Amino acid sequence: MSVIALIERDFAVPDIRCAGCIAKLEQGLVRDKRIAAARVNFTAKRVHLSYLPDTGLPDLIGAFSNLGFEAHPIGTGADAGDAEAETSRELLRAVAVSGFAMMNIMLLSVSVWSGAAGATRDLFHWLSAAIALPTVAYAGRPFFRSAWRALRHGRTNMDVPISIGVALVCAISLYETATSGPHAYFDGAAMLLFFLLCGRWLDSVMRDRARGGVTALLRNMGTGAMVIGDDDRSRWVDATAIDPGMVMLVAAGERLAADGVVVGGQSQIDLSLLTGESAPQRVRHDDRVNAGTLNLDAPIRVRVTAAGADTAIADIARLMGEAAQGKSHYVRIADRAARLYAPAVHCLALMAFAGWMIAGTGWHQSLLIAAAVLIITCPCALGLAVPAAQIVAAGELMRAGVLIKDGSALERLAEVDRAFVDKTGTLTLGRPEAIDLDRFDIGVKSLILALSRTSRHPLSEALTRGLQASDVRPVEVTSVRETPGFGMEALWGDRVVKLGRPQSASVGDALATELSVDGRPVATIRFADRLRPDAAAAIDALGREGIDAMILSGDRAQAVAPVARELGLTAQTGMTPQDKLAAIGRQAALGHRVLMIGDGLNDGPALAAGHASMAPGSASDVGKNAADCIFLGDHMMPVVSAVRMARRTQAIVRQNFMLAIGYNAIAVPLAFLGFVTPLVAAIAMSGSSLIVVGNALRLKRTIR
Amino acid sequence: MSGLIFLIPIALGLGLLGLAAFFWSLRKGQFDDLDGAALRIFVEDEEGREA
Repeated sequence: MSVIALIERDFAVPDIRCAGCIAKLEQGLVRDKRIAAARVNFTAKRVHLSYLPDTGLPDLIGAFSNLGFEAHPIGTGADAGDAEAETSRELLRAVAVSGFAMMNIMLLSVSVWSGAAGATRDLFHWLSAAIALPTVAYAGRPFFRSAWRALRHGRTNMDVPISIGVALVCAISLYETATSGPHAYFDGAAMLLFFLLCGRWLDSVMRDRARGGVTALLRNMGTGAMVIGDDDRSRWVDATAIDPGMVMLVAAGERLAADGVVVGGQSQIDLSLLTGESAPQRVRHDDRVNAGTLNLDAPIRVRVTAAGADTAIADIARLMGEAAQGKSHYVRIADRAARLYAPAVHCLALMAFAGWMIAGTGWHQSLLIAAAVLIITCPCALGLAVPAAQIVAAGELMRAGVLIKDGSALERLAEVDRAFVDKTGTLTLGRPEAIDLDRFDIGVKSLILALSRTSRHPLSEALTRGLQASDVRPVEVTSVRETPGFGMEALWGDRVVKLGRPQSASVGDALATELSVDGRPVATIRFADRLRPDAAAAIDALGREGIDAMILSGDRAQAVAPVARELGLTAQTGMTPQDKLAAIGRQAALGHRVLMIGDGLNDGPALAAGHASMAPGSASDVGKNAADCIFLGDHMMPVVSAVRMARRTQAIVRQNFMLAIGYNAIAVPLAFLGFVTPLVAAIAMSGSSLIVVGNALRLKRTIR
Repeated sequence: MSGLIFLIPIALGLGLLGLAAFFWSLRKGQFDDLDGAALRIFVEDEEGREA
């Protein structure tokens, strides 16, 4: 048997929800002979496939959809993500090593504290040193590296006092051990590293988890198009391999993978992700169409004029790069604290050393006391205070349907006092919904459902969704046929029923569809983009939190006005991405901190520039990548929950800082006077860390 | 004192064993899908397919 090299690839499958889904996917996918193995990762909502090299991407996605799941291939070039996951694993290994060392040194230290003396004590100290020194060298690397980086650039951060403290304490303890002294602080050094590494690791776990959630949501990654070759046969081409000059066949309901010119067919194009405009645009032969827009109506052929980095999106990407630079100046609260803390700690230790030298205790005793001061003041609680609170908050928000990308996003979100909201797709659902379905009688409704449920056209799907929500049962129809660009046709008993483009011109350009029986129009259904169900309540709640909202829309004034009136908001309309960026810049210059909520490509730069930003789960990939937080589902209330949670988290973090300062106020004078033995240091350090973590856990009940 | 000659290496050895076991399980991906592991107990194995 020859061995064929299998291709491995990950697919994001957002709908994995239960054990049944795992079984269905893992057992169902391998029934396809081309798929050798499938493994579900439930936490990341991903499926890892090994398949034969000649299997095309659409076939694999088809295999998923046969099982009733929507799958999105995850790009293979996820190097940045892998690097971050590796850092996180490295931190976990360091936590494990320092935890092991801490426990074993503590075992030895307890016997020293309970009275071991002479040769036994020396033996135990030597053993402690043998465990502690390699541990510090291994587990301390993240701190030493970061401290060295900061020092080289002439700055100081939290890691500088930590590194100096740990190194100094180890050196003095080694000296103590060699001279048979009574006090060695090896347990303190290992414990300090353990607690601090726990904080670091929590921070990176939080980032990993959110990133996993975001990748699962990125739909357009790894997309492509059906390309028609010279022999008029079509084949699937990955988005990265599309070249100008190719002709794409874009089906109704499909997003364009590249910019181009229509060379066949006519249709309506939904531009809402690109410009924010809600009314679809009619395109005919020779009209230009852009990547990222959605073909609504009928299949069209498009000759590619620009692909990849040359598309209109590239302009927006450039603007985003500029906008994001402003944000990188934000300094996280822990680092702000460290700016004050690090010099204070160093001064205290130096003063202790100098004071005892002047008092004439000799350099050995003075150095020992200075080390005790350093160990006691080392920001154990500080290093744990921020990440512990933030990971609890992020976990709670994730359960409420909000993904927070990192801790700094929570800090910035707590500070906002203005909100700019995009209209299409953010205040509204961003997809067509049938309006006034209730005015039809049940017979008409069940006939509509019978036809609409057999089609994947966006309007049909909207109808199916709307009707199934009100418990309509479809009638029996036979010989269903779909004519692209026109609609559905079927036999209902012996009568011909059609659901499709309205015959009369009275509906104009608005989205509408018509049901006719035997050629006679029975019902005309109009479609519109509706407001999110709790948009008004969410805007009100934001107001109560002291955040004034305003609409920034790329849409026309006539389309924005009804929404603005209903929500009681002021609005600016017809805005380009640059205009939105400028609006945020003006508010920032006035000293306001702006929360940008938007979904489209056109919101990308504004999302990157806002002090904090949120995007709905239905947003464009650019929007989701640029935003700090993503809220899932049709409701807007999670935006308010996120702001409340962020503020509550900040309050807890501040309390934790106060606790840490209070603890230092008691412990530092003791250390100064030379009362801090290794035993006292161990109790104080673990005690303060436990209090800080306990306080952070109070956040768990904030949302419910 | 002579008891220590046995007891300390045993204590350290057990600790190291735990550490090694943790590293092994980390490398084998035992912690990659924590929520899924809890659900897999409900999954029925199909006939003739290894788990």
